[in-house]
Amino acid sequence: MAVRRKTAYDEWATRYRGGRRAPKETAATISGVPVQPLYTPEDLAGWSYDEKLGYPGEFPYTRGVYPSMYRGQLWTIRQFAGYGTAEETNRRYKFLLSQGQAGLSVAFDMPTLMGYDSDDPLSAGEVGHCGVAIDSLEDMETLFDGIRLDQITTSMTINSPAAILYAMYIAVGEKEGLAPAQLGGTLQNDILKEYIAQKEYIFPPEPSMRLVVDTIVFAAQNMPRWNAVSISGYHIREAGSTAVQELAFTLADGMAYVEASMKAGLPVDEFAPRLSFFSDSHSDFFEEIAKFRAARRLWARIMRDKYGARDPKSWMLRFHTQTAGVSLTRQQVENNISRTAYEAMAAVLGGTNSLHTNSMDEVLALPTERAAQIALRTQQVLAHETGVTNTIDPLAGSYFMEQLTDQMERGAQEYFDRIDEQGGVLRCIENGFFQREIADAAFEFERTLEANERIIVGVNAYKDGEGAPVPTLKIGPETERGQVARLTALKARRDNTSVDHRLEELKRAARGRDNLMPPLLDCVKAYVTEGEIMAALKEVFGVYREPILF
Amino acid sequence: MPAQASTERQAPDQAKRRRVLTAKVGLDGHDRGVKVVSRALRDAGVEVIYAGLRQTPEMVVEAAIQEDVDAIGVSLHSGAHMTLIPRILELLKERNATDIVVFGGGIIPQDDADALKKIGVVEIFGPGTSLQSIIDFVNKGFKAA
Repeated sequence: MAVRRKTAYDEWATRYRGGRRAPKETAATISGVPVQPLYTPEDLAGWSYDEKLGYPGEFPYTRGVYPSMYRGQLWTIRQFAGYGTAEETNRRYKFLLSQGQAGLSVAFDMPTLMGYDSDDPLSAGEVGHCGVAIDSLEDMETLFDGIRLDQITTSMTINSPAAILYAMYIAVGEKEGLAPAQLGGTLQNDILKEYIAQKEYIFPPEPSMRLVVDTIVFAAQNMPRWNAVSISGYHIREAGSTAVQELAFTLADGMAYVEASMKAGLPVDEFAPRLSFFSDSHSDFFEEIAKFRAARRLWARIMRDKYGARDPKSWMLRFHTQTAGVSLTRQQVENNISRTAYEAMAAVLGGTNSLHTNSMDEVLALPTERAAQIALRTQQVLAHETGVTNTIDPLAGSYFMEQLTDQMERGAQEYFDRIDEQGGVLRCIENGFFQREIADAAFEFERTLEANERIIVGVNAYKDGEGAPVPTLKIGPETERGQVARLTALKARRDNTSVDHRLEELKRAARGRDNLMPPLLDCVKAYVTEGEIMAALKEVFGVYREPILF
Repeated sequence: MPAQASTERQAPDQAKRRRVLTAKVGLDGHDRGVKVVSRALRDAGVEVIYAGLRQTPEMVVEAAIQEDVDAIGVSLHSGAHMTLIPRILELLKERNATDIVVFGGGIIPQDDADALKKIGVVEIFGPGTSLQSIIDFVNKGFKAA
């Protein structure tokens, strides 16, 4: 830079720096982004309101995707829940709906997420433990028993076997007399972040992408209220990434889905309006708000300028947020209530469209009903008592916030360039780029904790006052025994000739290029189990092994 | 129990670097913790073999014996710890390899951790454990805090 004239910041610094209460020389966000003690109008020199913000509900949507935001409609309170059997979870859902929750969010157990039936040897000890066990359409019917599917929307956190659970949900709707078009909801179905972060992949990336595209195409053609994929930064962040990595890798994944769907022949405006996103809200308040605002602006530009979308709905980044599970501490568990509340507020100030607040005890086990209720009430306090819903994008124009939002955007752009240079998202998965970036960031974060450069209350400071142990939810072995018994009975009762026939049809379709949703619907309606379907698809697609690095 | 036994393996050469097999057992893929711990141990001079995701108890015990490790560190976040960790101990017994120490971490409620320690797991490191305390645990011969 040439000769720099004295700025308002310099003026302030010469007046006050070195004084009795001099500001700390360096400070950084939780992601390591340096922040100044003071921001002034000069930080926004050349900054244009119209270019950077615009109005809420208008391009580039920095201020929110809807013109009236929470003045028009509150975000959707959507608590993720599921444990034990379908019957138990059905009771929890009815409780949550009776408490004012507007939508359901299904947590599946590990065998369901990994495509194994409850009677598989690899499922031993896992059935119903970190979500609900679903083996067949029968379990899915029990899960939604007595709940009108056209009166709610349902989000399902499922990835490798997503198309199967999607087919089961459609089949349950049909039994209630509902057409697919009447069903609203979201499949997580984001396989790319599984290879990158959460590691619940099964098939190799290419057939996995084909399954995702098949669901996108099916939803675009049959289910106007359905989000076929929820492009997820949450798991990337929880695996240890920085905020800017979360932002960049998630949008890069989004672009990969757009490109794959366009390559399959779908015009961009036919599916892009139904792409949705899922974000983490971590503990660094302003950084998170900046991330949400930057995400909307980046996506709007990408969709309009890179992919030529013309429908404004294709430009809008709509997202669900979950507070950061990884920020919760085992020590002094009740402190997690306040952590979650701040994170929830950041999500709301960042314009989230729906929100899950973690329960304080999730660092120990699945939440108890009491802990889940406090988490729900935390959102209701936020919505009705704090006044945050009164004004749209209330931090807009803040020198700090706008500067941080711009910085997020630039950081993401740099990653997009690095990903492109390596040949795109799939190449970066294969060469371990994402995994290495995240592992390095996670290790660096732990280092700052070890060095006491960062304080986590109750963990490396203020350690007194552990409090009484909190009760945790227990899933006993009878859950697994009962589930296996029901599955065995189903397998004996159903028409097994039809099962074999449907599985052969599915494999034939998988070897070809047809959309797999119709044969999957045929399978689930014949009560073919999830594990049987996945085993058939593995025969055709193979399984993936990741490069091991740490 | 196995803390003393491990000195037997160490006896011929006290300066021998400690060898630890780390693994994710069970179906979940939350590998942040196990990777951070593996790297910290490696940086502290421990020989670390990270077996990767979705290792069954059989695979873990086989690898531990093949690699002649001093200890197995398992990480679980899926809730299957009360089934899979006891199975590892059982298999070590069957293979006459109880000199291999077992420790663990992840999302494991306190009373389950206590129960596991009763049956022979030397230590369970929950969320918020400092890396230094795990390094010390390994370097000081796998003795519970």
